[in-house]
Amino acid sequence: MNDTTSRYRTMIGHRLFWPAAVLFVMLAANTIYRPGFLSIELKDGHLYGTPIDILRLSAPLILVALGMTLVISTGGIDLSVGSLCAISGAIACMYISKQPDQNSLGVVLTALAMAMGIALVLGAWNGVLVAVIGIQPIIATLILMVAGRGLAQLITQGQIITINSEPFRAIGLGHLLTLPLAIFIALAAALLVAAFTRRTALGMIVESVGGNAEASRLAGIRSGRVVFLTYVLSAGCAAIAGFMMTANVSSADGNAVGLWVELDAILAVVIGGTSLAGGRFFLGGTIIGALIIQTLTTTVYAMDISPQTSLLFKAVVVIAVCLIQAPAFRARFRRRRRNVPPPATIADKPKEQVPA
Amino acid sequence: MGKMRTQSAPWRAAAVLASVLLVGGVAACGNSDTGGGGGTKDDGKITMGFSQVGAESGWRTANTTSIKESAAAAGVELKFDDAQQKQENQIKAIRNYIQQKVDVIAFSPVVESGWDTVLKEAKDAKIPVILTDRSVDSADKTLYKTFLGSDFVKEGKLAGEWLVEQKKSATGTVNIVELQGNTGAAPANDRKKGFGEAIAANPNLKIIASQPGDFTRAGGKQVMEQFLKANPKIDVLFAHNDDMGLGAIEAITAAGKVPGKDITIITVDAVKDGMQALADGKFNFIAECSPLLGPQLMDLAKKVHAGEEVPPRIETEETTFTTEQAKEALPNRKY
Repeated sequence: MNDTTSRYRTMIGHRLFWPAAVLFVMLAANTIYRPGFLSIELKDGHLYGTPIDILRLSAPLILVALGMTLVISTGGIDLSVGSLCAISGAIACMYISKQPDQNSLGVVLTALAMAMGIALVLGAWNGVLVAVIGIQPIIATLILMVAGRGLAQLITQGQIITINSEPFRAIGLGHLLTLPLAIFIALAAALLVAAFTRRTALGMIVESVGGNAEASRLAGIRSGRVVFLTYVLSAGCAAIAGFMMTANVSSADGNAVGLWVELDAILAVVIGGTSLAGGRFFLGGTIIGALIIQTLTTTVYAMDISPQTSLLFKAVVVIAVCLIQAPAFRARFRRRRRNVPPPATIADKPKEQVPA
Repeated sequence: MGKMRTQSAPWRAAAVLASVLLVGGVAACGNSDTGGGGGTKDDGKITMGFSQVGAESGWRTANTTSIKESAAAAGVELKFDDAQQKQENQIKAIRNYIQQKVDVIAFSPVVESGWDTVLKEAKDAKIPVILTDRSVDSADKTLYKTFLGSDFVKEGKLAGEWLVEQKKSATGTVNIVELQGNTGAAPANDRKKGFGEAIAANPNLKIIASQPGDFTRAGGKQVMEQFLKANPKIDVLFAHNDDMGLGAIEAITAAGKVPGKDITIITVDAVKDGMQALADGKFNFIAECSPLLGPQLMDLAKKVHAGEEVPPRIETEETTFTTEQAKEALPNRKY
């Protein structure tokens, strides 16, 4: 085995390689279809173009998926994030719409703090149900998923609340260094989560709780507390995503904001290589997963794929992505083609083989 | 261990998603306020079970308010259910009403197809059904008494005819983009059809792109952003409701164009925010779709309950607005 092949093996063995390759292929296909797809121009002092749209629109999904990644890595799941987006957006817009000066920074900050506070309380509610009372996560968070939509509609009284507040608008549409502010917020959140989980022992603790909560507890980790924290964090991420979604159109729609985002987020997490059984998580993979999902949506609009076939198109792409990124599937495919046993790639290598 | 997990991840994902949908459906029906024994009382008071699509727009909210208010005014006992955009919720609500033996069932179908079984159940239970706002595609027209609502084909046609009139002197091709409603919903299908038929009068008018914006502002905006990038020359936008048009305005402004001037915008509905945009010159034309059908519905309920014959199709009264008319009508707009 010479140096080049081993480097090649290492590269395609990297867990981010296949999701990134899929993203690349999607962008390439779009560029072939319409050469101007990737073109970016400077308009009104900021960058303008489809890639920028994808970045801006994927920011809320990245945030929601970040929180979801941690929850899933503890072996749980958070279905309530979509409703939390709607609630936080509704509270913020409702408060701002009632103020005489909607453009005052103080008003917007108060609104954000209030909405974030309530979202964290609701996240704590999820955490208590799962970690303290011991309800199955899928059921515990389902309660808030269903009730939360109703709550958001109660707050908005079933109306679409339109606001006219420049500082609030900036969360969704503002620019920093010619790029959308939203993507910086999402990246900052990702770096913060990465720093806390990968630069401290927290990430390992989260993974060990997801691997085996009881064993972790016996090893001296307060499993309950860790699980509780991930749900609060997930709610916090969802709240910021909710601000972005409502700021994007300067209006809070209790029904539409964050609708089905929980499923998109779970998908992003899975595409990114995090196991739904818990025990390991990949933040980088999740971000690429979110970008893939948004690119897919944008592709449908950009290629003007007919609405009747677009759902099928999305389904086929998603299945392909999930299969391609699964090492087991790739190994089987390779075996069939060459008719020889597959070489163990890095991802395949079972760690349990080392004798104790 | 690690290998096993990775292997089964997609299947687990599928299983989880499937159970989410299943449990979501079951739990969602718990939030309807259809509870309470109810049933026909002998005080002559009519009990009506009404299943609403959801509360997705200002239009829908005005529609709900109109129905609730006119039920109270007409002395009809109303059992109201919000289906939250899901057909399965709506079917459950209708089955609930059948069990509770209400006198009349009325509902706005979320989608057009798939209603035959539940409507047959209502018919077998001898409960008359009135469709409001949206229709169903059942071949058997005896499954429901009447359909009260707007003529969506006509709305699309009015929008198209206005455009044909405006562009009759245009020599080159007029590029039109269309923002559709939810795929499969009657208003989306019919408005598209009516508009298409009307603009066929002038071969210069060409729809170059058409995608669903799901009747929401965020949807309309996201789709319009891509339309603007994929098509350098867009002359006209036809949006199936005001909200998608309002979202599109933001996308058009961000692209450095002037909505209402560089791109002619035609929408349907005439809710308050839409009328405001029309009065401000950001929209150019709105075909009205009136939500205030409560009083007509209560009249019909009394008639079908008394066993009177009613026409199978009743239209709500509607008009169209230009910028000048919008300025005039805006101060008295109820919704």
